[in-house]
Amino acid sequence: MSRTLWAISFILVFCTLAFPQPVQASDGVTIDTGTTAWMLTSTALVLLMVPGLAMFYGGLVRTKNVLGTMMHSFAAMAIIGVLWVVCGYAMCFGKSFGWMGWDWQYFFLNGIDHGEGARYSIEVNGHAMVIPTLVFAMFQGKFAIITPALIAGAFAERVRFRGYCIFIALWSLLVYNPLAHWVWGGGFLTGKAIDFAGGTVIHISAGMAGLVTALYLGSRRGYPQTAMHPNNLVMTLMGAGLLWVGWFGFNAGSSVASGFQTAQALTVTQTAAAAGALTWILIEGIHLRKATSLGLVSGILAGLVAITPAAGDVQPYGAVILGAVAACCCYCAIQVKNKLSYDDSLDVFGIHGIAGIVGAIGLSFLLRDVPEHGVASQLWYQVQGVVVSIVYAAIVTLVLVVIVEKLFRFRMEQANEMAGMDHSLHGEHGYGLLNLN
Amino acid sequence: MKLITAIIQPQKLDEVREELIKSEIYRITVSRCTGRGQAETIDLYRGQEVAPDLQPKVRLDIACNDEWVDVAVQAILRAARHGEGEVGDGKIFITPLEECIRIRTDERGGKAI
Repeated sequence: MSRTLWAISFILVFCTLAFPQPVQASDGVTIDTGTTAWMLTSTALVLLMVPGLAMFYGGLVRTKNVLGTMMHSFAAMAIIGVLWVVCGYAMCFGKSFGWMGWDWQYFFLNGIDHGEGARYSIEVNGHAMVIPTLVFAMFQGKFAIITPALIAGAFAERVRFRGYCIFIALWSLLVYNPLAHWVWGGGFLTGKAIDFAGGTVIHISAGMAGLVTALYLGSRRGYPQTAMHPNNLVMTLMGAGLLWVGWFGFNAGSSVASGFQTAQALTVTQTAAAAGALTWILIEGIHLRKATSLGLVSGILAGLVAITPAAGDVQPYGAVILGAVAACCCYCAIQVKNKLSYDDSLDVFGIHGIAGIVGAIGLSFLLRDVPEHGVASQLWYQVQGVVVSIVYAAIVTLVLVVIVEKLFRFRMEQANEMAGMDHSLHGEHGYGLLNLN
Repeated sequence: MKLITAIIQPQKLDEVREELIKSEIYRITVSRCTGRGQAETIDLYRGQEVAPDLQPKVRLDIACNDEWVDVAVQAILRAARHGEGEVGDGKIFITPLEECIRIRTDERGGKAI
């Protein structure tokens, strides 16, 4: 008797779980639970990229600065995490006022918590369905979090924590939110420049911001003569792995669907990363006769950044090309940086900036569906998007860095810089096991 | 021949090394160690200030011929001191060195330093 009951229960449960049922909301609009589940997962994956970035950058700096560098990523999670909910989403995806968007409905995400505003329309196989707007908003918020954390690599090992927090709050409000609004939120570039998951909005803007800040604040004391070696490449490699996996959420999740385009985005993300890594180790094998682990992960990143604007719009062969070309360009850019001796400490412009430009421009020639206006017009739109990102990010970042430096002091005092961020700024030591008690 | 052992603050390592190089002393052994002198530093742990009993330090070992001892010591004193001198700047010990042998060629004595 009880076995039959078990069997019936099992079959019932299996039927419910195996066939996702669209949920009927009270006024008859159906939630696509499949897409919602994937978008929830993507949101989590993209957030996982931020500790991954913390590990990646943390392992690359000197021992005395490991916590300080990781704090840059974690602080971004804290600060932008709040800012986004308060006003960031409204500024990016609210009604357009030209430079910014705004919608009081999105203030503190009040209007999208329940009711009419909580439904975000998507099209699934020709049917109008919805996912919770909160999921879309939080997914986008993760992008806003990771962008300032990327910039931090350029001025690693030499900024004060308070200055950094103020800087990223202002940067997020005045650089990221407008750019995201222009490209995705209904501003003047929406629908023209193709930027699937944020090559221009995130990587080019972070790259330029990093370059400007690194040049303005100056080099680390002793650079380039003093040896400044990575303290933990093991952690860097692990961070790179987390970034790669998280990037599936970053790119495939940007399809805001759970369908064919999602699968295409996932495929090219994987392909571009692998192609980038392969190209970089081949270059190093020829140039230096040894492939380095840091080179391999740099190649991974170059490929991933390059495919970010193009993830929904190119085919796997295009992903291989973009990944390989980006790796070559980034490798050369780093050689140029070494010759010019400026201190973009963790190559934020060299990798994110350059690969973002390669991807945003290169995708024009590799599109799956050539738009009606033709490749040349699309190339022009891409160039517009790239130039707008570069110019806007560079100018506004410079203004912000000057303000923060003058009003709050951004650059560390030399004595503290020599003692290390961990103890000077945070009163902690990264690796207690180096102390014998 | 003497062995100069200097215990200095870790943040002074770069400066000390640069100063020694300026005085033409290039060969050196550097290790990280933990120690306790007069100084006390404060770390933070979950709302509490803690003073660790043993603190990280850097140890320099320089083997040199007698003529170079003063040069090396002066270089270290100039660079390892914070300002006019602070508690925690460190110590230098000078011990006589009985023998020095270059492994590659089996040279001994002052030539091998």
